[in-house]
Formats: sequence, C-alpha cells, structure tokens
Amino acid sequence: MSDQQMTIHLKVWRQKGPNSKGELVDYTMDDVNPHMSFLEMFDWLNEKLMKQGEEPIEFDHDCREGICGSCNMMINGQAHGPQKATAACQLHMRQFSDGDTIYVEPWRAKAFPIIKDLVVDRSAFDRIVEAGGYVSVNTGGAVDANAQLIPKKEADIAFDYATCIGCGACVAACPNSSASLFTGAKIAQFAHLPQGEPERKERARAMVDQMKEEGFGDCSNFAECEAVCPKEISITAIAEMRREYVKSLFD
Amino acid sequence: MAQTKEELFDAKIPEGPLQEKWDNHKNSLKLLNPNNKKKHHVIVVGTGLAGASASASLAELGYNVTAFCIQDSARRAHSIAAQGGINAAKNYQNDGDNIWRLFYDTIKGGDYRSREANVYRLAQVSNNIIDQCVAQGVPFAREYGGTLANRSFGGAQVSRTFYARGQTGQQLLLGAYSAMMRQVEKGKIKMIPRQEMLDLVMVDDLARGIITRDLETGEIQRHAADAVLLCTGGYGNIYYLSTNAKNTNASAAWRCHKRGAMFSNPCFTQIHPTCIPVSGEYQSKLTLMSESLRNDGRVWVPKKAGDDRHPSDIPDDERDYYLERKYPSFGNLVPRDVASRNAKYVCDEGRGVGPTKMAVYLDFRDAIKEQGLDTISGKYGNLFDMYEKITGENPYEVPMRIYPAVHYTMGGLWVDYNLMSNLPGLFVLGEANFSDHGANRLGASALMQGLADGYFVIPYTLGDYIARNDIKPVSTDTPEFDQAEKEVRERISRLLDNKGNKTVLDFHRELGKLMWDYVGMSRNKEGLEEVIGKIRDLREEFWKDVYVPGENETFNKYLEYAYRVADYMELGEVMARDALDREESCGGHFREEYQTEDGEALRNDEEYNFVSCWEYKGEGEKHDIHREPLEFEYVTPTQRSYK
Repeated sequence: MSDQQMTIHLKVWRQKGPNSKGELVDYTMDDVNPHMSFLEMFDWLNEKLMKQGEEPIEFDHDCREGICGSCNMMINGQAHGPQKATAACQLHMRQFSDGDTIYVEPWRAKAFPIIKDLVVDRSAFDRIVEAGGYVSVNTGGAVDANAQLIPKKEADIAFDYATCIGCGACVAACPNSSASLFTGAKIAQFAHLPQGEPERKERARAMVDQMKEEGFGDCSNFAECEAVCPKEISITAIAEMRREYVKSLFD
Repeated sequence: MAQTKEELFDAKIPEGPLQEKWDNHKNSLKLLNPNNKKKHHVIVVGTGLAGASASASLAELGYNVTAFCIQDSARRAHSIAAQGGINAAKNYQNDGDNIWRLFYDTIKGGDYRSREANVYRLAQVSNNIIDQCVAQGVPFAREYGGTLANRSFGGAQVSRTFYARGQTGQQLLLGAYSAMMRQVEKGKIKMIPRQEMLDLVMVDDLARGIITRDLETGEIQRHAADAVLLCTGGYGNIYYLSTNAKNTNASAAWRCHKRGAMFSNPCFTQIHPTCIPVSGEYQSKLTLMSESLRNDGRVWVPKKAGDDRHPSDIPDDERDYYLERKYPSFGNLVPRDVASRNAKYVCDEGRGVGPTKMAVYLDFRDAIKEQGLDTISGKYGNLFDMYEKITGENPYEVPMRIYPAVHYTMGGLWVDYNLMSNLPGLFVLGEANFSDHGANRLGASALMQGLADGYFVIPYTLGDYIARNDIKPVSTDTPEFDQAEKEVRERISRLLDNKGNKTVLDFHRELGKLMWDYVGMSRNKEGLEEVIGKIRDLREEFWKDVYVPGENETFNKYLEYAYRVADYMELGEVMARDALDREESCGGHFREEYQTEDGEALRNDEEYNFVSCWEYKGEGEKHDIHREPLEFEYVTPTQRSYK
C-alpha cells in the first residue's frame, strides 16, 4: 500500500441556500493521504478554506461508520462513490489515483430539496415511516419474547431488509428518483414477521401512497438502487412491496 | 471539603428489601388520570434509545411530547452504531442466569461505584425490554427452532446477550424510532429534527423550557413545557478522537449544569481496547471493532523495542503475548480497562507496532490454524471486512493492529431514583445520566439502560412528579426566557465576531490531546494538577483566537461545532478535577499512585465510596464538590483480580 501523497482535483457543488443558484467549484488538494476517508479529505479541505477566509463546504455526516445514514454524496455520478457496499464515510482515498478529478454533488431528487451545498432535506423518508412503518403496539404488556417462534430463515430475511440505513442513495441513483427500495425494505421486513401481520395491508397501502405523495417516482426496474445500496438490500424488496400493495387492494 | 447538601442528594431510594423496592415504589407513586395527562406537555431532547423510547411511551400514555434531535432524522442518533448486543436476565439458555446475577455482575463490573437499588431495577426490567422489542418486530438473531439466540459477551459467564448480527443498536433504535413515528402520525409527538438545545429555562425553580437553535435557518426558538427530559448521550467526544459520532456533544447537559444541575463522576470514562488505530493527523474519528475478537485473537507486540520487521518475520520466541503472560487465567479476555492500560504500557515502552507505533497486534494466525479459515470467517467475517475497508490490510494474512479508544462515559448529570436531577422537572435518561454503570460499564449494558429508562422507568416517575407538583402551563414570554435567549444570542455573536486565527478543529484537537494524555487511561496527581492549568490556558486562547466562519442565519456546522467545543473547554477542567479528587483507582479511573502489587486498580472504600457531585459556581470560578455516599447492603465490595 503506497503512502505517497496524492493530488486530487475536486469539482464540488456549492449552493448558498435552498433558493440560490448552485455551481460546481474547482478545488485542488495536493496533500491527500491515501488512508484518509473521503469525508476526512473534506474536513482537510474545509480547514484550508477557513484559513484562507473562505466559507467551508457543508455536508451531512455523523457516525462515520456507515450505519447512521447521514452522509450523502454523489461521487463521480455514483451515490456514495465507486466502492461497493460502502457509504461515503467509509470510502477511502486509496480507491482513487494521483491526479484524479472527482465530481461531488448532492443527492438530486425533487423530494430531497437542497438546503445548502451538499446537504439535502430527507424528511420525506420520515413521513413514509410515519404512514405505517411500525407495529402498533404500546409499551408494556408484550408477551414473553419466546412465546412466538419465528423460523430462523424468515427472521434472517426480515433482518436483511431491516438493515436499511435510510441514507437515500437508492433515490439518488434512480433515474425516476423512486424511493421504492427504501419503502419496500420496511414493508418486506414486516411482511416476513408475524408481528407485522395484523396491519399488513394498511401498512403497504399507506406507505406506498405516502411515497407517491412526497414526489418520488415509480420503479421501472433499473436496479440502480440495489447497485449503490451501502447495505446491499436486494431489489426483491420492491417485488415484495408490489405484491403486498396489490394484495392490500383486495379486502 | 464542602458540606454535603443532604437535602439535594437524597437519592429517594425506596424502603424495603432490594427485590421489592421498585414494586413498592410504583405502588406509592401518584397517578395522573388519562384526561389529565392530555393536558400536560413534555419536552424530550435527543432521540437515541432513551429519548425515542421515552417519547413513544409517554405519548402512548397521553402526554403531548415535543422531541428534538440535532440530526436530520430521529433515526440517526448515535445509539444506532452500537454493535454487540443487549443484556437481559431471561435465562433462556438454562445456564443459571437470573435477575440477581445480572444485578451482581453489573455492580461488580462497575467496581462498586453505583447504587444497588438503581442497578437492581435495571436488571429487573431488562426482561420486559426484550419482550417489548420483539413485539415491535425487532429482528433479533434466532435459533433454527425459532427461539431467540443468545451469546456470552464481555467475559460474562452466562449467555444473556440478545443481538441482531453486529447491528443491535440499529435494530433497537429503529424499533423505538418507529414507535415514535406512530405517535407522530397520531399527533401526540411533535418531532423537530435539526434543532439543538442551547439552554435550559428555569421558572420558579422548576425546569420549564428550553432555548433551541434551528440548525437549518439559525432561528433561535423558545419552547415551554411541564417537564424537560434530557436524553442527549455522553461526552466521550471531548477527547477529539473517540468512537462517538462526530456531532455527539455535551452541550445540552452542560447548559443544564450551568443552570444548577449537578454533574456526577465526570472522570469515569470508558476506553475500549479494540479499536482501529490512528493512521494520521487527518484522522477524524476512531472505529470500534467488537471485543468478541479477543475470544480468538491473540494480543502481542515484539519483545524488542523498535523491532521494525514484518509481523510474520518475527518468530514466536521474540513475541511478547503480554496479556497471556501477565494474566495467565484470563489471558486475552481480561476486562476492557485492563486490556487498554496494558496496550498503552507496551507502546509507552517503544514496543508499539505499525507506522505510528501506537498499536498492538491482534493476531488470528493460530486461531485460523486450529479452527480453519472458514470457522474464523464465519465468526468474524463482517468485522474482518470492515477492518480491511478502513485499513486496506487483510487480517486473514496480516495481524490486525488495534489500539484503545474512548468509547463511553459513565459519568453524567446526577439523578435520583426517579431519574430526576437536582433541578425539579429536569429528568435525565440514558448515557447522559450517571446512574447505573458505576466506574465501568459492562458490554451490552448501554442499550439495556437507555431502553429501561425510556420504556419502563420514566413513564411511572414523570406522572408522579406532575401529579405532586400541580404543574400549570407557563408562557415563553417571561423574563426567564428573555434572559436565557439573550445569553444564547450573545454567545453565538461572540463566537462569530471573534475572527481569530485558529479553527475550532485546531482547538478541539489540542484539547483532546490534553485529555487523552492526562485524563485518559492512566492518571496521576502531578499530571492532573498540571493539565488543569493547561486547559484553562487553552480555554482562554480559544475565546481570544478562535475563528468561526459564516453567520448564524444559515446552515453552519462549524458554528455548531464551536459552541460545543467551547463547552468541552469547561467540562474538561471538571473531569480533571474529579480525577484529581478521587484518590483511588476504580474501573475506568486508574490513578497510578493507587494500584495493587499486580498493577490492578486499588479502590479505597473507606474514603471514596461515594458519587461525586460537582456544582457550578459561576463563570471562571472553581466548582464545588458534594458527595452522595454509597451504601452496599446486599453485595460486599471485593478486589478484582484476573491473574
């Protein structure tokens, strides 16, 4: 592994506010360490900008372990960049070469309005969950956890869908800006668990309807979402969502 | 020594035998009838496990809840990153576990610096938590027969840890978050993301509201309520490099502290032994590797200082498997604090490895030889992948390099048995309070405590407070709100107008280094006395020379960062003072002067069997210390030994 410092040319989307006009701005970094994470390179750049009296670049980030789902960058046109199953925060500069030019843009979707620079508003996702992404059970009074047996196979499938981090890469990658992978993953998780059974129909209908209302497009099976998902959630989630939705129309 | 304010530090531990205290207490709590609950309004700050579970549970009971978080969605709170699992005394494995054992292990693990009654209650409600989470559809790991799976974790002798692969925190938080969103839909919770609490407002000596900043627009807002629940997590980020998320901070807790809430045991911090080491100056945070790796990995460094050979070129007789050598019966499985300290010692001796020499090897060569590559990959595959992603090295071929990192803070705001601080109406839940983990937290206990507080304690104790105090609505148009808002605005302006030469990150990194070097894994009197002066100097320099870009009326992450680091500059001094005052070693607090002949933490139960409670005395003034004595009626404190 080379520890040689690299020169990286960045073209970063800068936009002062929700209603301002944005543009790509050029920055050149001549001291990028290959062991830096992509976001650490931005920290580094921001330090330099501030020391020159320029405004730093705003971007969302928090856990930097690929689990909170805060970070969201289109890197050379790919949501979260070139490394498979990796959120931008876990992408390291060793994935790039000395002299590379990298385009960095925010998620682009009607339902994710830009707040500033690379920061977008993903509250539409919360509203989709609010529409039905839960089991209606109050605190207290639950039966013993082992009272209901769940086959390991079903529990594992439910878990795979439940690993969604809500980052929105699926929407950003989709030519239709569809939130079907996000919505489908939650519907499918509960469709594989007995706890989800009583509200199965209402949930599917309400979440799909909300998705539409938020301005996300529909799915046309491009499967771009699956390709960029940092948790590798399978597009079968969308097939499950469709099945659940159709079934929900017949009471 | 200041006088103990007994009236302030009545922990309100209920009467009766340990096993009956919580039930007795519940019987004596006043109830609010359902129609009255609807008339009351509660503020919840933070939406991690504690905040989300409390918000959902209180809303279900009928209270009107306004919940705040600094992230863009409640689902992103840092509880999401917890890997290992959650403990409960279910005894599903028939291995002799019960509530008493979970209680005993937690008290002992905390090195006898927590309250018996609180910890017993925690163990009691642990079973309800698992039931509740399963009912919500949390996909815990299961056996082929369909029952829940358990594992032994953190050296426990029973298998009581429930888990969802390495993402238990995520699954539990999404469960609590979805319960919350259900109440948002019903209109019982108003969820306000990207909003940060910047002050607490006291009216007539009761906590009645908060001042917040909208992180998108910079708008300063006032919010009033009948009680304030602080669920804002710990302060591990003060060390700059830690496993905590970048935006975690102590500011909400510190603002409450400056309004009179006592800060307890600030020096009790937990350093986790198995983290990926620092690779360079640009490093922004550290990543934890589950400590389950120590079940099969062997920890070593070269015997000779400065040995630069590739690890596979170093023969066995030139390797020092120092944990196995020093602790033959526990070997690589010694508790977190012992493993961490010993890594520091060998690195201090110049025997550290890797480019920075601040790391030790965790080697799977022998485990792979004995058990086969497939078995090891089956157990740790996802962790090995994560390691490779971050370091670019393949741990199946080259030993992992690990080093300790700050992970959790046991200290926090003082609370009584009802989780109420010494300020009436201010409740503190989860990692933000000091209450259950003593001087050291056991693995898989943080998730348990966050959910215990939110699902099963606060729904009872909050109603009692409101019923007893006849709380009437308050307006935000009062002199107290005016004053608090004015102070918040002045502080922000002062930061923005400063236009100094050093960035917030420059200061945070310097403070973090001081804290790590002097108030980290190993502390001594001389160093602590010295660092107090250094922190004061740095704080002074911060206010003179910090540069904060931009303006208030916009999305401005570096402004947020600035006011959080400003608060750390004050908290750091209190942490050092607490560490200086506590002339003993216990749990995560290791004072070099107080150790056994074997180098183990040496407690002083005669003089230091108490909870320290630090009182803010005004800007630039020294804090006062008060002490809540601890009593052990049911367990006898013993000296730990892992030889």
